[in-house]
Amino acid sequence: MRWLHKLFMQCQMLIRRGRAGEQLQDELQFHLDQQIAENESAGMDPDEARSAALRSFGNPTTLRDQARDTWSWHGLEVFLSDVRFGIRTLVRTPGFSVLTILVMGLGIGANVALFTVVHSVLLKPLPFKDQDRLVRLYEANSKGTFQDNVLAGGTFASWQAQAQSFEGIAVEKGIDYNLSGSGGQLPELAHAQQASWNIFQLLGVDAATGRVFLPNDDRRDANPTVVLNWGMWKRRYGGDPAVIGKTILLDARPFTVIGVLPAWFNYPDPKVQLWTPIYHERSPEVMSMHTAHNLDAIARLRPGVTIDQATAELNTIQRQIRRQFPVGPVNDAANIRPILDAEVFRLKAGLYAMFAATGCLLLIACLNIANLLVARAATRRKETAVRTALGGSRTRLIRGQVIESVVLSVAGGVIGLALAEIALLWLVHARQDIPRADSIHIDGVVVLFTMGVMLVCGVVAGLIPALSSNDKQILRTLHESSRSYSSGQGGVRLRRVLLGLQVGLTVVLLTSAGLLLKTYSRLRSVDVGCATHDVLTLEINLPKGSYKIPAQVVTFYEQLVARVRQLPGAQAVAVGTVLPGEGHQRDDVFTIQEHPALPKGQVLDASTYFADPGYFNAMQIPLLQGRLFDADERLDRGSEVIVNQDFVLQFLKGENPLGKHIKADVEVPGADKGLEIVGVVADTLENVSGTPTPTVYYPFYSGTQRSGILVIRTKQAPSALALPAQRAIAGIDPGLAVANVFTMDQILGKSTVAASFDATLLLAFAFISLFLAAIGLFGVLSYIVAQRTPEIGIRIALGAQRQQVMRLMLRDGLQPAFSGLVLGLIASTGVAQLIRSMLYGTRALDPAVYILVSATLLVTAILACTLPAWRASRLDPMTALRME
Amino acid sequence: MGKPNDLVQGTLDLLILKTLSIEGRHGWAIAKRIQQISGEVLQVQQGSLYPALHRLEQQGWIKAKWAESETGRQAKFYSLTAAGRKQLDSETTHWARLSEAINLVVQES
Repeated sequence: MRWLHKLFMQCQMLIRRGRAGEQLQDELQFHLDQQIAENESAGMDPDEARSAALRSFGNPTTLRDQARDTWSWHGLEVFLSDVRFGIRTLVRTPGFSVLTILVMGLGIGANVALFTVVHSVLLKPLPFKDQDRLVRLYEANSKGTFQDNVLAGGTFASWQAQAQSFEGIAVEKGIDYNLSGSGGQLPELAHAQQASWNIFQLLGVDAATGRVFLPNDDRRDANPTVVLNWGMWKRRYGGDPAVIGKTILLDARPFTVIGVLPAWFNYPDPKVQLWTPIYHERSPEVMSMHTAHNLDAIARLRPGVTIDQATAELNTIQRQIRRQFPVGPVNDAANIRPILDAEVFRLKAGLYAMFAATGCLLLIACLNIANLLVARAATRRKETAVRTALGGSRTRLIRGQVIESVVLSVAGGVIGLALAEIALLWLVHARQDIPRADSIHIDGVVVLFTMGVMLVCGVVAGLIPALSSNDKQILRTLHESSRSYSSGQGGVRLRRVLLGLQVGLTVVLLTSAGLLLKTYSRLRSVDVGCATHDVLTLEINLPKGSYKIPAQVVTFYEQLVARVRQLPGAQAVAVGTVLPGEGHQRDDVFTIQEHPALPKGQVLDASTYFADPGYFNAMQIPLLQGRLFDADERLDRGSEVIVNQDFVLQFLKGENPLGKHIKADVEVPGADKGLEIVGVVADTLENVSGTPTPTVYYPFYSGTQRSGILVIRTKQAPSALALPAQRAIAGIDPGLAVANVFTMDQILGKSTVAASFDATLLLAFAFISLFLAAIGLFGVLSYIVAQRTPEIGIRIALGAQRQQVMRLMLRDGLQPAFSGLVLGLIASTGVAQLIRSMLYGTRALDPAVYILVSATLLVTAILACTLPAWRASRLDPMTALRME
Repeated sequence: MGKPNDLVQGTLDLLILKTLSIEGRHGWAIAKRIQQISGEVLQVQQGSLYPALHRLEQQGWIKAKWAESETGRQAKFYSLTAAGRKQLDSETTHWARLSEAINLVVQES
């Protein structure tokens, strides 16, 4: 009972503190009045009675304070009064306060934004039960040069049958379906996943409505079934539960909807709209081959099994498979990554580098504020001394200063949080390649982190100046109270050190930004080997249902090319399957008929492209030898191929490539008997930062490829043709959906987005810190000048030249900049090694970058120091001396 | 002025609790009562009375309410809580033991 009572008391003391104070006043006054009344009745006159009562009562104010001291929350009350005092002091110097809060806000904002990304993308676990046991499986080679190959169907089957380390293995493959319109709805291209039936069970997900796949659905002869994602169900079917059991048309084939996935489920990415069973969708041949690598595999480790053990087991199995199939692209090893790592390992370096950069920026902001506070502490030395002399404890004084800077950083943190929110909106928009971007938002952890950062910044920035003043100085300060010079040398030294550190960090940021910027410009200036300006591309997927035979496909594309060619502004129009700079798409093994058979286990492999006769002209890929495809090489007559220069270099060096024949397992008629090489074209790059790959161009008009990319080279701005081209497509087949309408510039831009982003962001950070360093230099030198005014006055009075004074002051101000520069350059060489994996065509010790950075820094430093130095040289000696 | 020493502080708590065990009173009456009963020997330092009252209240041994005093003014009346009564018992026992022990030492001849 008593604790309840005490709790009640404490709540009351917390909430009704003001009222309790009034009551205490009344209580004491009552006592005093009673005493006065008693004294009067004893015969004293009123004045005497009053003073006697007061005498016996003691000092009412002290008494009240002592009674208050016994109340709960007394510590909090003192703390709040310190905070109030701190805020009052800050409000008195609004310029200083606003500047510091903004600087802090900027630093904290950038830091929190990047922390949010790192936390949400790299660290936050996927929302699955026991997700630490979920892994991605890859085929690999035992040499360790190739670690992330997707799985072949046959490999999946073998692993599933033999591996003991897993509770289950599942595969999936992204694909686009043409979802036909019904009931007035438009047709749409739906991103889908084909998956083995057990994938949901493996991830621990059940259907929100209906059911997920059963083993019986995942067979070639099963009834076609589909599971919808929540978003698709809500958007297209209005969240109607009656959709279960209904039939929808995918690629013009009927599928029965059996279930809807829960709203939170957005694996592998939120764009996925629906799921189909993979063994139903893909032929048994493909699903049993060990050479066709196209499946993403995930698995759940058995409890207690480590990744290393599981990898060892898969390696054994895979080695056996390789012995069984010594020919063809069959891998001989396996690799396992934790599922989260598999999604984000490509981004790690960049994100952590950015996070470190924001850390630097924040540190610079802190140093800057510490610097400003040291200056303030110097101007407040007298106040401090008087407070100490009157008995203010050192702890309380330091606490006061720290509280002041914490108040500043808390205000800055609030602004920073708002800035971070804006920055994140921009970032998610700018970096669409970031996986799990949908999970990037400010949550409880981020707010906690922000509060931690605020506190640490405030304490650090406040403690440096607070600890720099000590008791010994106090007496001297009071003695010196009438002299304004020769004081604060300690403060100046501390400020120089802080400034040096700040300049050093700035140099590190500048160099890193410089290196990344150079990388980016190198990437952007890479010649991918084809036309990149004024080229529009559109992706088309013809549904299997209505385009059953090659002739239908060829007719469609020929008609399309002919129509689009008529559009005003179109210069050249063609169809192909691959665009340079878009990354690797497909490769196939082949043999050269004219060459002797290769030793067992060796294969030749080249990228597989399909192109129509106009493709090389439209993309401006020069023909080096032989001829291009003829217009009448269609369908069964399309038995010729074109290769690129790299192909000749690698496989036909020193021979005449023309007339040689390629035998490959590609779905072109006659490919098994040998296709004649009729031409050689120049190389193009699959990856902007890569090297050319040997490539075989097969005739697109063999009609075996239903998916194609329409390429339009235009006379004017390419995007103007997007709509007319789409209309032309709808004019031939109104049920067709068009995807990925991009210009070639956009495609190349996408592949360099990470580099451009990192470079731009780092450059922004570097310039902010350069600006802060300039402010710091300016502030410190102005302060030194102000302190040395009498001395300068004497110098000038004794005949020092103005230039001499200016040189003297400049040297004073530039000294920390110099030491910081040297420090920063040394640190940069180390940091450059750390980010070496992010560089392309740029050396970590690129002299041009280092020279440019040094020059920028020195020019900025000189500019920042000139004004105070000039002011010092213009001093009127009389005024300066009168200040004494 | 100044804070009372430990013995006095502990004793003052006991005196207040004892005084309040008979009936609820306001601060001035408590001081008067202690003075009266002790035959004017114990002069309660007002400087320590109110901090003591507030401390006892925060501890939950006494509770306070505002009521009309004999002169018709609003005054803060303190009274014992159940916990306070228990505390009084234990402090009385403690005091009895202590004073007995002190007597033994002092009277030893």
